[in-house]
Amino acid sequence: MKDVSVLIGGKAGDGINSAGSLVAYLLNHIGYNIYLYFEYPSLIRGGHNFAIVRGSEKSIGTCWNEVDFLLALNQETIERHKDKCTRETVIISNADLVKAPGQGILVNEILKAENAPEIMRNSAIIGGFAKAAGIEWAVVTTVFQDHIPKGVDLNLKVAKRAYDQVGKVHPLMPGPNPPRTLLTGNEAIGLGLVTAGLDTYVSYPMTPSSSLLHFLAEQQEKFGITVVHPENEIAVILMALGCAYAGKRSAVGTSGGGFCLMTEGLSLAGMAELPIVLVVSQRTGPSTGLPTYTGQSDLRFILHAGQGEYPRLIVVPGDAQESVFWSAVAMNVAWKYQIPAFILADKTLSEGTYSVDAAAIPEIKKVDPFLWPGTGQYLRYADTPNGISPLAFPGTMGAVIKVNSYAHNESGITIEDADHVKQMTKKRMRKEEGLTREMQDYPCVTVSGNPDASTALLCWGSPKGVCNEIAVILGLRVVQPLVLSPFPLVQLQNAVRGVKRLIAVEENATGQFAALAEQYGIVPDEKILRYDGRPFSPDYLIEKISEIIL
Amino acid sequence: MTRQLITDTQNTWCPGCGNFSIQHTLKNVLAGMEVEGKSLDDVVLVSGIGCHAKIVDYLNVNTFYSIHGRAIPVATGIKLANPDLTVICCSGDGDSYAEGLDHLIFAAKRNIDITVLIHNNRVYGLTTGQYTPTSPLGFKGKSTPSGTAEYPLNPIELMLASGATYVARGYTRKMDHLKKLVLEGIAHKGFAFIDMLQICATFFPVTDYYSSRVYELSDHNRTDFESACTKAREWDYNSDTKIALGTFFERSLPSFDEKMGQHRIDAAERERAIQEFLLTRI
Repeated sequence: MKDVSVLIGGKAGDGINSAGSLVAYLLNHIGYNIYLYFEYPSLIRGGHNFAIVRGSEKSIGTCWNEVDFLLALNQETIERHKDKCTRETVIISNADLVKAPGQGILVNEILKAENAPEIMRNSAIIGGFAKAAGIEWAVVTTVFQDHIPKGVDLNLKVAKRAYDQVGKVHPLMPGPNPPRTLLTGNEAIGLGLVTAGLDTYVSYPMTPSSSLLHFLAEQQEKFGITVVHPENEIAVILMALGCAYAGKRSAVGTSGGGFCLMTEGLSLAGMAELPIVLVVSQRTGPSTGLPTYTGQSDLRFILHAGQGEYPRLIVVPGDAQESVFWSAVAMNVAWKYQIPAFILADKTLSEGTYSVDAAAIPEIKKVDPFLWPGTGQYLRYADTPNGISPLAFPGTMGAVIKVNSYAHNESGITIEDADHVKQMTKKRMRKEEGLTREMQDYPCVTVSGNPDASTALLCWGSPKGVCNEIAVILGLRVVQPLVLSPFPLVQLQNAVRGVKRLIAVEENATGQFAALAEQYGIVPDEKILRYDGRPFSPDYLIEKISEIIL
Repeated sequence: MTRQLITDTQNTWCPGCGNFSIQHTLKNVLAGMEVEGKSLDDVVLVSGIGCHAKIVDYLNVNTFYSIHGRAIPVATGIKLANPDLTVICCSGDGDSYAEGLDHLIFAAKRNIDITVLIHNNRVYGLTTGQYTPTSPLGFKGKSTPSGTAEYPLNPIELMLASGATYVARGYTRKMDHLKKLVLEGIAHKGFAFIDMLQICATFFPVTDYYSSRVYELSDHNRTDFESACTKAREWDYNSDTKIALGTFFERSLPSFDEKMGQHRIDAAERERAIQEFLLTRI
């Protein structure tokens, strides 16, 4: 099995994330699938940051505890990650700062010789790693040229000196793939939204959603979108709803705390039947919690947020590839049914980097909503058999378009009489029936691992990666719902058919999805829960499963 | 074809309510726009929640009946999405001076090209009589039976400090003057703010008070910020003095919607951009 793990660690501000990316691109170019996990505390400089880059010939979304290479920019990295090292682990370090066995690189000497600034020290470490891993120099050149924004030549010179100092101590066999696209979960979500016609992205910064704001802001001219960062999350969702009313596809992004402020706007979207996509990336709660760590404890909140009753779509992709597809689905469904659609992510997915096989993503395009044909009197809330009223937008000749947060009649005028209230409530809820039927045509639940196994792991979101990996080893079935509302009952029932022992795996303290499934008669026998802000590792999960199974 | 500007909806404002004047002012403004050849299909009226907000049920134009305090971000989103629309935003003093004060300040700060009309009756009417941010000190409402313990804020001064590029005050008993202000506000390219003094016939019926104190600004240089500040402080919404009506300040600056621009591209170009991006991540 071709599989390699590389940990790179240093202080916040040392550029660990970009160094990790360069290592990822190197492994990508020698044919490996990539997963990059980045862990950092909530501060700007100092503190300990590290990235684990894993390359494998199979598709991956998790990291094992042990690493094959340890790239240490400081002594703390060695001390903190001792437990991840074996006798075979190759340590490559900055010999000026680190006392450790292995390959010490004289970084200062190299920088001096090339008259290079301190910021290029990571290139020395990466050059040393490339040699130790037996990666050809031409690959290093290509990766640096493609991914270092400025000073490529000098960075290459620095890297080459380190490359020449180190021995080929742990050469990697090339993997099977052509180089693939590497995307973070947030980038994948952004690309899915753009594919399905996103016009305006509105967001207030909040980890771990902020990198989606940054990505779309950076790309806004190329993708032809508008990106707005208003005064708070209340303004965020209301602006997005204003855009939707005017006919522009909008999305908002936040984490749990910001979403708290959005709930009145969410309920408005439900009542006024305004389409909107909400990207909510979970972190460890409650309250401020652990801002830069992961969790899955907001499912119940997202399911029930907002006063009143109205249909909503909730998709929970488990990796970058699924994020592209399901984000596009969320946008199209929001507009078809004029409802809020959630993309529920978490820090692990949002900020993790994954290999994406673009050819394997089901084709999806922008789907136009039901539009008013332009004849007769326009009724914004026309009561139709499927509950969906044809849309028109301000500026349309002859249409008076009234949307309303109050109970209203078909033309959007406020009413309070019981018959109208009942009629319009039924109309809104009828949309959920159609939505539930339509979602049956989508792959809302996937089964992987050993599909005939009678013991199954039930997971949603980013733990899919770790569950899939250990299921192969332990011979288990993995059942992963990708849509949680409307609840994919039929597909889930089929997926768990023949299962005698169902084990829910979730990153929260109560088993929120397990409880939801139980409401629908699918009762997990066991729950394995983690709620310390760290994602499940395969080692940890195997240990917990062994306790249950044996 | 001239459209009927008032809907069939039954009006439920109290007899004598200041909102009638505002509704008729807007009706006259809209009728004038139509006469001048502007399509009313391109007009959107946004409201918050409260007595003022019923105006969207009564006027037969595109409307967005939003939620308490949030009319301004909705209006901002509409204008950003389609800068060709004329966006008028009716909001109450409870809406925009209390619940949604942040949005008012930021709309002024970013100079979004919308016209904000505050129906300032200085009391919560629909919730049956509590003080608002502009109620005078000592106001006895249902939540403050012994009188408020806080001074009112001065919205004119607040808007000047926030960077509003058109700041005016009108009065519902001076409808022609109010209409002139609303027309100016709509014509103003950028954020236009008009505080409209109106009485609440039930909970703050102070017609005589206003009528004996208001006067129209004359010999005032509306382009001079310092003079605007001085004039704005003449009446602090609490002291017993004369009350200036008219335009305190106006200046021309690029609007937010202009500066944000539009990066619209067609679907094929977007698809190319996505494919090009994917190649940069290999």
